[in-house]
Amino acid sequence: MTKPLLELRNLRKNYGALIVTDDVSLSVPEGEVHAIIGPNGAGKTTLIHQISGLAPSGSGQVLFDGQDITGLRLHERARRGLARSFQITSVLPGFSALENVALAVQARSGSSYRLFGNAAREPDLNGPAMECLNLVGLGSRSHVLAGLLSHGEKRQLELAIALATEPKLLLLDEPLAGTGHEESRRVVEVLRRLRSRTTILLIEHDMEAVFSLADRISVLVYGRLIATGTPEQIRHNPEVRAAYLGEEEMA
Amino acid sequence: MTDIARMQSASIVPPAPRIERVPLILFGALAIAPFLAALSGAEGYVLSLLCRVMIFGLAALSLDLILGYGALVSFGHAAFLGIGGYAVGILASHGMEDALVQIPVALAASGLFAAITGTISLRTKGVYFIMITLAFGQMLFFLATSLAAYGGDDGLTLPSRSLLAGTTILKNDRVFYGFCFICLLGVYVLAREIVSSRFGRVLRGAKENPTRMEAIGFHPFRFQLLAYVISGMMAGLAGVLLANQAEFISPSFMTWQRSGELIFMVVLGGLGSLHGAIVGAAAFLLLEEFLPEILHLASFMLSSDLQSRLVENWKMVFGPVLILIVLFVRGGIMGLVPGGRHD
Ligand SMILES: Nc1ncnc2c1ncn2[C@@H]1O[C@H](COP(=O)(O)OP(=O)(O)OP(=O)(O)O)[C@@H](O)[C@H]1O
Ligand SMILES: [Mg+2]
Repeated sequence: MTKPLLELRNLRKNYGALIVTDDVSLSVPEGEVHAIIGPNGAGKTTLIHQISGLAPSGSGQVLFDGQDITGLRLHERARRGLARSFQITSVLPGFSALENVALAVQARSGSSYRLFGNAAREPDLNGPAMECLNLVGLGSRSHVLAGLLSHGEKRQLELAIALATEPKLLLLDEPLAGTGHEESRRVVEVLRRLRSRTTILLIEHDMEAVFSLADRISVLVYGRLIATGTPEQIRHNPEVRAAYLGEEEMA
Repeated sequence: MTDIARMQSASIVPPAPRIERVPLILFGALAIAPFLAALSGAEGYVLSLLCRVMIFGLAALSLDLILGYGALVSFGHAAFLGIGGYAVGILASHGMEDALVQIPVALAASGLFAAITGTISLRTKGVYFIMITLAFGQMLFFLATSLAAYGGDDGLTLPSRSLLAGTTILKNDRVFYGFCFICLLGVYVLAREIVSSRFGRVLRGAKENPTRMEAIGFHPFRFQLLAYVISGMMAGLAGVLLANQAEFISPSFMTWQRSGELIFMVVLGGLGSLHGAIVGAAAFLLLEEFLPEILHLASFMLSSDLQSRLVENWKMVFGPVLILIVLFVRGGIMGLVPGGRHD
């Protein structure tokens, strides 16, 4: 097995009396597509928040690329190569799709304190941004304001933004939620192509997509990881079947 | 890149911005105004009024940079007018009367004050940010009232306008007008550059969705702080001009009401267009100046007693008029002008 890119050690978090993350330890090797599944309210989004730095952990450690990043904030983790999408779409509605992505390119290009020169006209930023848009199938919509895109297109845009930061690890919180059939097929296709470039940690309710994409799957129930294994192992794990998966979805 | 990608990237550079009408008309009007003023028979009065318009336009524009593009509601912006003004007054009273000394000192002092207060206030959000900027503004106001050596409460009359490279040309009202015009135009062009630059784009992004910006690796705080410092320095320059225009400085430069008026000017003109702030300042000051006359004319059918009372209490009309504009004209005055907004 290759060295772990992401390692969670005994992560905990609670909101008041509610324990949302309960002693989660997990290791994701480089190059893996790892899916986290679990019923609504299991704490999946919270876990992604803790990994990305949006929400602090009660205790435990997050190691990324061999370094302890538990104390780092969202933007610092992003700079180290941790990109994420949000369950509730988060884009810049007043910017064109292209500018949304170009800003992510700008973020990794370093020099954002330039006070002169029209950023919207820089080929060095727009070129790579356009490539990302084309990759997710939004090339023809590059000039549309992000706020005016359809829900599914916004999900695709979020993926393009995350890709533009050239992440080592992509954290995706239900990238298929709310997408139409065609869009969802396309996103799955994109993710399939990405697996050679980056490691992916994915939350998704679409079981068909999860079982076809993931190298390994972890099952989160009430904040606890009850199982981690290959799709085949998960499919036949009785505890998982009992706790979460309906028989018809397992078929 | 695939062929399709190449085809599309050919069209991704947006078309060159067309020359915008509103700023062109605005600055054109300000450029020819002194010539018309010379014909008006009240040149001194017209020039001085228009200088005030430009100076407050400059201050409002500096506020628009952080308010309209960064959603930072600074309720203490008049403090920078005060810093600029007192830089002139204090330096002049120690014999340093040249604008070439006073302006850099004013800019440095404004920038420093902005850096210190911004570092603290930008850690808060929303109403807390408004309150803490107000508090810093008030702090400076009370500091000024306690400067007994420089007039305390009463302020300080300047011996004359600042020198410019050792010459007294700013004493000429037309030259001073030109000086204000150049400052305003220069700052406007600079601000336009800034908002479309890489830096400005991050600032605008952080206004729309700070979490999104952090998720791609930006720390909005640093960008907002730099914007705050730049904005404060611009307002400091306006303070230098204001002291020269009034040939007087006093704590009244930086009352919280003044800060409120600046916010009002920006909202009145229309947030986030820069020239809107100048238009807002002009509308505000001209209304303030001419509303009594307008009321007098408009109320001709009333008895002369009622008429004079209405004119006396013109401020009772001024407030509601401003509020109505802000309420019913979305996007301020710029919202009325076709193509008045460019974002
Ligand atoms: N900010 C918060 N304050 C208090 N409770 C919260 C907060 N955020 C989440 N919770 C609670 O924590 C639990 C886990 O929420 P989370 O959003 O992580 O679940 P999830 O697995 O992502 O669910 P879903 O599948 O519906 O997206 C839920 O019971 C939720 O109500
Ligand atoms: Mg969730």
